[in-house]
Order: sequence, then structure tokens, then C-alpha cells
Amino acid sequence: MPALCRDCLTRFDAGRRCPACGRPRIVAHAELFDLAIAHMDCDAFYASVEKRDNPELCDKPVIIGGGKRGVVSTACYIARIKGVRSAMPMFQALKLCPEAVVVRGRMEVYVETSRRIRAMMEEMTPAIEPLSLDEAFMDLTGTEKLHGVPPAVMLARLTRRMQAELGITGSIGLSHNKFLAKIASDLDKPRGFSVIGAAETVEFLDPRPVGLIWGIGAVGQAALDKAGIRTFADLRRWDRQDLHARFGSMGDRLWHLARGQDHRRVSRNAPMKSLSSETTFFEDTSDPDLLDGHIWRLAEKVSDRLKAKRIAGRVVVLKLKRADFTLISRRRSLEDATQLTDRIYRAAKAMFDQVPQGKPYRLLGVGVSDMVAEDHADRSGNLLDPQEAARIKAERASDEIRRKFGADAIVKGRSLR
Amino acid sequence: MKLSIERAALLKAVSQAQSVVERRNTIPILANVLIEAEGDTASFRATDLDIEVVDKCAAQVERAGATTVSAVTLHEIVRKLPDGALVSLADDGTSGRLEVNAGRSSFSLATLPREDFPVMTTTEYSANFSAPAKVLRRLFDKSKFAISTEETRYYLNGVYMHVADGEEGRALRCVATDGHRLARVDAPLPQGAENMPGVIVPRKTVGEMRKLLDDDDMSIAVSVSETKVRFATPDITLTSKVIDGTFPDYTRVIPTGNTRRMEVDAAEFAKAVDLVATVSSERSRAVKLALDEDRLVLSVNAPDSGAGEAELAVAYGDERLEIGFNAKYLLEIASQVDRENAVFLFNSSGDPTLMREGNDTSAVYVVMPMRV
Repeated sequence: MPALCRDCLTRFDAGRRCPACGRPRIVAHAELFDLAIAHMDCDAFYASVEKRDNPELCDKPVIIGGGKRGVVSTACYIARIKGVRSAMPMFQALKLCPEAVVVRGRMEVYVETSRRIRAMMEEMTPAIEPLSLDEAFMDLTGTEKLHGVPPAVMLARLTRRMQAELGITGSIGLSHNKFLAKIASDLDKPRGFSVIGAAETVEFLDPRPVGLIWGIGAVGQAALDKAGIRTFADLRRWDRQDLHARFGSMGDRLWHLARGQDHRRVSRNAPMKSLSSETTFFEDTSDPDLLDGHIWRLAEKVSDRLKAKRIAGRVVVLKLKRADFTLISRRRSLEDATQLTDRIYRAAKAMFDQVPQGKPYRLLGVGVSDMVAEDHADRSGNLLDPQEAARIKAERASDEIRRKFGADAIVKGRSLR
Repeated sequence: MKLSIERAALLKAVSQAQSVVERRNTIPILANVLIEAEGDTASFRATDLDIEVVDKCAAQVERAGATTVSAVTLHEIVRKLPDGALVSLADDGTSGRLEVNAGRSSFSLATLPREDFPVMTTTEYSANFSAPAKVLRRLFDKSKFAISTEETRYYLNGVYMHVADGEEGRALRCVATDGHRLARVDAPLPQGAENMPGVIVPRKTVGEMRKLLDDDDMSIAVSVSETKVRFATPDITLTSKVIDGTFPDYTRVIPTGNTRRMEVDAAEFAKAVDLVATVSSERSRAVKLALDEDRLVLSVNAPDSGAGEAELAVAYGDERLEIGFNAKYLLEIASQVDRENAVFLFNSSGDPTLMREGNDTSAVYVVMPMRV
């Protein structure tokens, strides 16, 4: 059976240890050198970056996230042993792991690290589909001639380079489509390398829960559960038409996935549908000034990300969660798509002002959707707001300053509220 | 109640009523029209709580009374009846049904008690004047396209009707804007309107009122208070609440220092804009106007779908100018021109542009350019 040493990249034919370096980090699989669709997922990315930059944290449980009321965005593997998970409320995480060091994220550093990983991947293939800062699909089909080695070797080399040059570890899933590659990368974390070959696909999936399917959350799972579908084997027993009748267009996809089939391509420009930012308050609040400050900061965050991606949105969305968890969301479409803080803020604020006030909120979110390229945005001024042009100029100028001198070089007074 | 009425007269009355009725209604009585019969007239009243329309017409009343039935159903029946039919409407006050008979067809419609029908409270009007239908039609027709649909800026969801100092003395003025374009239309101030408070007439009211204005020479009685406005012909009375808000100060929006003047045949201009805009697939289709000595080149460049260009002879004597606009806005203002050439006054490619008909300043349009 073809095998590869993940430390020295020697290829050989099966064995428990590498014949060249003697180390045991071996990946062996019948189809190892034939598969080309991969998913790379960094291990506890934000936490790894923090540990890299502050060695004191190395042997401590580290949680990245905001405030007492916020949620865990990443937990290092030491914290995970205690049961801390991503998206867990911070108070709960601290109950499980009181000795954890909580670090507020340093997004710029993560973005920079991510950019360097991306550059390494770019050297391997142009077909990269990033899912977030710390994970991406790669299609390495046809690259063997170029690199002189099969995709599996390139992938092992990538994680080795990431560790050597950036101090970040990652796990690889290698298979024959995106769906399976993504499942595979999660099988052997951290520092994993898992392979799901075509031959064992169905056998592999059958006993597993359908919750593995990316995009099926609690609600979707409940719907499947109601239909008696818990595992892939259950799903595979269903007729294609019945699935379609019951689950609509999703039914077709389920039918294919049950057979381990996924025909989606790895495409670098999977269009983004929406972009948003939200915050859970330290304490529930109904203070209009405080909320106004939050709307501004969130609008600024969304705007920064839009500008970084050179896109804009035509619809502004406001999301509010009351103290009793009732959710309020409002959307407004703009005549002229925008990527500007000023316009996003004003649209969000106008919607906020129309929501009956008084009751405290626990969460506020601002976002945009209906994306367009930035060339198609912010093309016309507002007759009734002659000052707008000046504000936009100021915004562009302070963007320029922040680009040169760092994110904190200049801030609006209102963002300090 | 029992009455009979000519089909044509009934259709007219009921169609006005059913268009005021909101299609999606949660309060059943608001879907109904209130029919009242007395003396030799029948009146048909409908409301959405913001607008109320009352249409009176001659009828042979055998038994006075009142009831309410579904406005849409009654309208559909009457519409489908043959022309010239005599329609009789009768209810006995106890069965909860309205019997509709015409020729050899008969219907029995469910009614709701007239007492439940909300009748708009009467108001003291601070100004009463009359104006020819033709004048009001021009005021509202030429301004309504600029009404905003943005609900968060509710005070722009109508036409601001007020008294202003126009170029030729005091004027009855209508203004509408959505922040991208603005229309300002003046008419000589009718007698009795001097003390009229400025009111924002809601979009729906403008649409409903327009149906009263088809007859050029008809005199329309207008009454205005701080909270309501009323338009009446001898037969139809339309009463509407006005938008409770402050219309922004539009006067500073209208450019006064634009000197670059282009004169063009409005119809040809509109045709050319429409033609080049065809290649663009984006939602706000941007058209570039490149002006040089007596020559206008309109162009669209949409990277995803293609490019187009059209040339037009115009009167233009200033230095070269390139400026972009939303094609839809250009078409809308160009279509307001009906007698003379359209005159555009530009400043720079980032400043609002003004358009008017010849040298007539009684109707001016301002449109914001777009980066192209």
C-alpha cells in the first residue's frame, strides 16, 4: 500500500515507521497518490498564533474571545480537553476551565498569517477556495507533472512549511470531492492527514451521523431526524424522488451526498452572499448613546472587511436581540450599493430608530448583503445631504491613514462611546 | 335599502372605491364599501383609514338605508355586467345579505353592519380654494416620479404641496425628492390658497387623486389643514391624512450657479439614453454623457455585458464635459418635457445637474450625477 512519511516526505510501500528517518508519522492508503481534492484546516488557528507570539502561553489553556458575555471564538487544544468549544458562551467556558487565559483576538495578525498560508497554497495550485482565514479547499488535479510529486506529497510539504515558517499546524483531508475532503480533515486533528478513497466512501459514510454534512445545523438535523434519517445509511435507503419531495432541492443534494458524491468545483470566487458583524454586550443595555456607538463600530468593521475584499453591498441589515432573546431583524435596500461606514451606519441607525425603544438589548448586529463589486458602489451623492461628500472624503482619508500607520492611528470620536 | 342605478355610473363609483381599499387587509370592514341611499342619490364610501373616498351618483332610491359589502366583489360583478344594464341593490336589513340584480343575473352578497364602518372625522380646514383639474394634474404628474419609496424616510414618501415665492410671484408649489433626484413644479397661486399650510400628500393619495383630474376644465375644490387634505369634484370627495413630518429644506438643493448649458430635443435624448442603456445589465444602469462643441456622445460600458454608444446633435458651447447618470433618472426627467427642448445646466461631473423645459422655470428637475 502506498505510504508517505509526513516528516521527511519519503515515499515507500507500507510499514509502521519511515524507512528513511525512522519516525512514525506515516500516512498510508491505497489511493494516496491518486486523490487530488484537499481541505486544509489550521489547528486552533487563533490560539496557535497567540501561543507562537507569546511562548509563555504555550502550556496554558488559551481561549480567544471577547468579554465575559461574549463567546469563545477559538480554544486551544489544552482548553478543549476541559470541554471548551468554539461558539460556547464565555462564562460557561470559564466555568469548565477557570485557569484559562482569555485573549482578545488580534485580527490583523491572523489576517497576515492567513495571507502567508494562502501564498504557500498559491504556489501549489490556482484552484483554492478559502472558507475562512484558517481553512481552504484546494484542487490539485493535474499538478503532479508540474511539481514532480503527487498531491499528497505537496500537502504534507505544505503543513511542514506552515509549521517551520509560521509556527502554525494544520490538518489535511484528502479525497475525491470537497464534501469528503472536509470531513477527512476533521478526522485526525490536530496535525492530521486523513484520506477517504473512492473505494471505501460508502462504507465509510454509512454508520456516520448526517450531522456531518456541512450546512446541516440543529434545525436541519431535526427535520432529518423526523424522517427517521440519522445516519448516512438511513439516508441512502431513501428514494431520490422521495427525498426531493420531502426536502426540495436539498433532497437532491442529500441523495448524492449519501453516496459520497459531490460535484461542486473548488472555485476561488465562490461569491459572498453577505457580510456581517455582531456583538453581545457585557451587560444588557437600552442606552441609546451606547447602542449608537455600537452601531457605528459594527458598521466600521463591516465596512473595513468590504473594503479589504473590494466589494460592496446593496442591502443593509440590522439585527437586534432583546434581553429575553427575541430577535428583531430589519433590512433596507439602498439605491446605490455601498462599502462606506458612513452609509452603512446611517442606514442601520435609521432602521434602529424605527424599532420601538426602551427595552434592553443583549446583542446588536450590522451587516450587508446583495454584494456587488466596489466599482458599482457609492457612485452617486445624496442631494439632501450635502455634507455627505465631505464625510466620505474624510472616511477615505482616514482609511488611507490607517492603512499606512495601523488600525488605531485614527478613530472617530463616536467609536469611543 | 333599495335602489337602482345605471351600470356605468355604478362602475365609476365602485371602481374609485375599490382602488382605495387595501388588498391585504386584516380588518374585514375595511375591505367593504359603505353604500348609503337617500333622496335621489347613492353614495359609495371606502377607506384605508388614511384615505377616504366618497362617490355620489344619481340613483332611483325606493327605500333609504345603508349597508356595506366587499368593494372588490361588487366591482368585479358590475364590471362584468353588460353595458347599459340597470342594476338594483337591495337589502332588507335583517338577512345580512345584499341582493344585486341586473337583467337575468342575480347575486346575494354578505354584508357587514354600517355602524362598524369607520368614517373619517371631519376637520376644520384652514384654506379652501379651487383650481382647474388641468393645473393640479400638471403639478402632481410632473413631480410624483421623484417620490421616495424608502420607508425609513417617511417624510419623503409624498409630494410636498405648499405656497412659495416662485420666479413669477407667489406660487402653489409641489416638490418631491428621494435624495437622488428632485422635481419642483409651480402653478400660479389660486385665490384662497395664500394661508395654506405646507403639507406632504402621501404617494397613494396622489395616485387616487389623479383619477379625479381627467377632465381638463373641471374645477377641483381643494381644502387643506395641518393634518388633512381634501380634493373634491361635484361627485367625488377624496379626503386624506397628510404625512406627519417635516419636508427637508429643498431650496439649497437646487443649483443656481450651473453655467454649462446643453439644449436637446427631449424625445430624441430619451430615445438615445434608452438605446445605449440596453447593453447594461446592472440594476442602476449608468450612462455617460460626453459633451463637446454641439455634440453629445452617450455611452454605456458594462464590463460584464458589453458597451454601447450613441451620438446626438445638441446645442452646447462650453468646454468639454463628461458626466454620468442613472439612465432611469434621465429617462424620467426627459419624459416630463412636453413642448419645448430640454435644457440641461451642468456644473462639474460631481455636482447636481438641473433640467428644465426651454426657459420655463415653473418646472425644474435636479438630478445627482453618478460616477462612471
